[in-house]
Amino acid sequence: MNLPSGTLLAQSALSGLFVGALYGLLGLGLSLSWGLLRQINLAHFALAFLAAYVCFQLSSVAHVDPLLTLALIVPGCFAAGVAIQWLFARFRISPFNSLLVTFGLTVMLESLIQGIWTADFRRLESTYGDARFRLGPLYVPAPELLTFIVALALSLAVWAILKYTDAGRALRAAAEDGPIAEAFGIDRKKLALLLAGVSAASAGIGGVCIALSQTLAPSQIYAWIGVVFAAVMMGGLGRPFGPLVAGIVIGVSEALTMAITAPSWAPLVSFSLLLVVLLARPGRF
Amino acid sequence: MSVIELADPPLRRDARAARTRNVTALIAGAAVALAFVPYLGLPPFYESFLYLTFHWIVLATSWNILSGYSGYFSFGHGAFFGAGMYTTATLAAKLDVPFLLTLPAAAFVAMTLGLAVGAVVFRVRRIRGELFALVTLAVTFVVGTVVLNTPIDGGPGVYLSGVPVPKLGPTAASSFYLMALAAMVVTLLAAYLIQRSKLGLGLFAIHDDEDVAEVLGVPTFRSKMIALAVSCALAGVAGGIHALFVSYVTAGETFTITVPLTVVLMSVLGGTRHWAGPVVGAAIITALLYAFTAGNHPVAGRAVFGALLIVVILFLPDGVLGWRRKIAKAHGPKPTDDQLPPESAFLDRRVPSADEESGTIETVATPAMATGPSTATTPAPTGPSMPRAGADLLVAKHLRKSFSGVRAVDDVSLTIREGEILGLLGPNGSGKSTFINLVSGHYLIDAGELTFRGRDLARSDAHVIAQLGIARTYQIPRPFAHLTVLENVALTAMFGAAALPRAEAEQEAERWLDFTGLAAKRDALPDDLNLHQRKFLELARALAARPRLLLLDEVLSGLTPGEINEAIALIRKIRDGGATIVFVEHVMRAVLALTDRVVVLDHGSVIAEGAPHEVMQRREVVTAFLGAGHA
Repeated sequence: MNLPSGTLLAQSALSGLFVGALYGLLGLGLSLSWGLLRQINLAHFALAFLAAYVCFQLSSVAHVDPLLTLALIVPGCFAAGVAIQWLFARFRISPFNSLLVTFGLTVMLESLIQGIWTADFRRLESTYGDARFRLGPLYVPAPELLTFIVALALSLAVWAILKYTDAGRALRAAAEDGPIAEAFGIDRKKLALLLAGVSAASAGIGGVCIALSQTLAPSQIYAWIGVVFAAVMMGGLGRPFGPLVAGIVIGVSEALTMAITAPSWAPLVSFSLLLVVLLARPGRF
Repeated sequence: MSVIELADPPLRRDARAARTRNVTALIAGAAVALAFVPYLGLPPFYESFLYLTFHWIVLATSWNILSGYSGYFSFGHGAFFGAGMYTTATLAAKLDVPFLLTLPAAAFVAMTLGLAVGAVVFRVRRIRGELFALVTLAVTFVVGTVVLNTPIDGGPGVYLSGVPVPKLGPTAASSFYLMALAAMVVTLLAAYLIQRSKLGLGLFAIHDDEDVAEVLGVPTFRSKMIALAVSCALAGVAGGIHALFVSYVTAGETFTITVPLTVVLMSVLGGTRHWAGPVVGAAIITALLYAFTAGNHPVAGRAVFGALLIVVILFLPDGVLGWRRKIAKAHGPKPTDDQLPPESAFLDRRVPSADEESGTIETVATPAMATGPSTATTPAPTGPSMPRAGADLLVAKHLRKSFSGVRAVDDVSLTIREGEILGLLGPNGSGKSTFINLVSGHYLIDAGELTFRGRDLARSDAHVIAQLGIARTYQIPRPFAHLTVLENVALTAMFGAAALPRAEAEQEAERWLDFTGLAAKRDALPDDLNLHQRKFLELARALAARPRLLLLDEVLSGLTPGEINEAIALIRKIRDGGATIVFVEHVMRAVLALTDRVVVLDHGSVIAEGAPHEVMQRREVVTAFLGAGHA
């Protein structure tokens, strides 16, 4: 095994950073709804891919600018998130059953995607796709950089909202002790609907980022689950910057593993990192 | 022929053993009958269809042994199944090992993989259920990656077409049928016997409240590991057989979410709290599966699965069997409150001996029951409850426990002597309950020493502490919600210091239910009890363990003065039975009447210790309770 050159390693680390930002972006909504609502939304991934496919369809067939599709995707995903949360509240779904129900939903959405767009790989060709610039010896692709900026901005916004607004404080209080928070006049149901909507909207944004930078296939939905959940758990539940930081650690480690060994070993990286965290700090979970 | 029984009727020991024999015989009899199917001369299609049905029954039932009983949902059954498949494929196709010999190896490899996952994930304390689900899901893809990238597969898949099919039946199809039948019989027997065993009751308790289960003596880690090992080994065998059945194994087809999705759906549909639930679910789903593949709509079929899973969880959360059971219960005769003896008479009951050498029943009378009716009583072997100056039973030295900076127990040293009733007093938040939680192992100790009859408890697991002879009640009752009142109590008789086998434990439990006046509620679920009854259930549960040291955490709060009088007499009798008692209480009358010695805590530290009347008059004690102005 030959060690690749420094430039190649740096380029790998950079692309790992960008993929990690995408993990963080997808993990943010999951972490929030798991940490603050005690609900595990597997359908988050299916929603992101549905958004990615919608973006793909609109821009490659109707020639809409991919970023403009956000105007449709963000409200659509928000509504979907609210609807799912309403269903959970209506049937008083336990955290565990939320996992099962959204698992069922994921399978349904995956079948829907496969039914419309087939199981073939799809790649969005847009003006953003080839845009890139040089930074010293390194190439920086524009869509990935955009993903990184969006992930950072969203994490920052969530952090600020949770820390400085009344709604954010109320959410944290409700997560700590729901009945007590309600006794103090917090409308837990409304907050939960809002949070679920926001988290689903972030999945939509993540989906557009996926469409801009990745190749799409319905089976990819499941490939992302493991690694993003690893980022969520390593980052700590309900912490705004947790998924992003953990995602970047995972992304960079994966990219370096791919550069040094073979690309097909990458799925092992996130799991090994999670295992290390589990073994080293079991009390954290 | 109905393999499914609807409800657990009251059973005595013999009836119980007879029923175990009956169900076992039923499974065996059905197996023998089904073994003749290949000789009926049916077209091979039927054998193949039945093979698939049995195959899914094995997978769903094996999944249910861990995930249904204990509530730890695994999404990694595909990984364990696949591990078995590739073990057989590698051994049989590449190393020419005879096929039947590969099956034990397939079971072993799948089991080892499962135990490795369990050893890591089961150590986690807080979000363990969710974590287990997600880690097992990830394991599926990790094992798939490893298989794909190593010579185990290497990419193109493994052909088993050259492997001879063992000649068990007249045709190859019937041989597969018979192998799947054998695997199914073994799996069903395992699922049934585990459900009826001590291990099974422990798993159901873990499902409801794992922390309490551990404190009452259930070795939770070991129970989960055993269930996981059995579950994975059976999945491995199913994988081994299936590898030869499909004769071409690929990583892409094996390590998918199809297997976990299907088995979860089958078990949830049939009912996860019953060994036969997955059988019902697997039969329904296999038929549906066949309809879809025959109709050439596999993608639509998956979507229907997803939709079914959602509908079942929303509208039929207990599955078909659980739902039928509920209907049967709603229409069946209801035990009513009037069958309960009047509370004032509950002391007239026969008092089981808490003495650990003898399981015999002593009859003890108390002054309170002079007018007692029915039960035969003998004059009380009274005499005052002498404080027996016993040896040191429990010694705590410099015990500390903090919760994010707050020192709940701060440098507490105290000794509990054999045979005494020690009152633990103090205002709210003084650390009494935390002390109980530390001694019973509910919380881990930050610093200090804790020894019980010379044994170090500070580093013992909670279930070991319970088995050594420490039992407790919870201030806010925490019964296992899905276990009957009888099972709740029998659990501690099995897992506590008494360590009785299940049949005897149920008899023991009935005695304590008689004793606490809950006999009429034996088959009710804890949700049907009122607070008073739930408190007594806590007490019965602690007593059935036959503890040497009984920790009572505010058992009297919420009782009427009359009930308190009876409870005082009751606690005296428990002590006369040989137990030592730590008594946390705010009802001062009971403290003065019962305790030989009191220890007063304030802000996590001991501020006074001595004879009850004397201590309660001390200035610092009065200040702690009433504030400085009253001292």
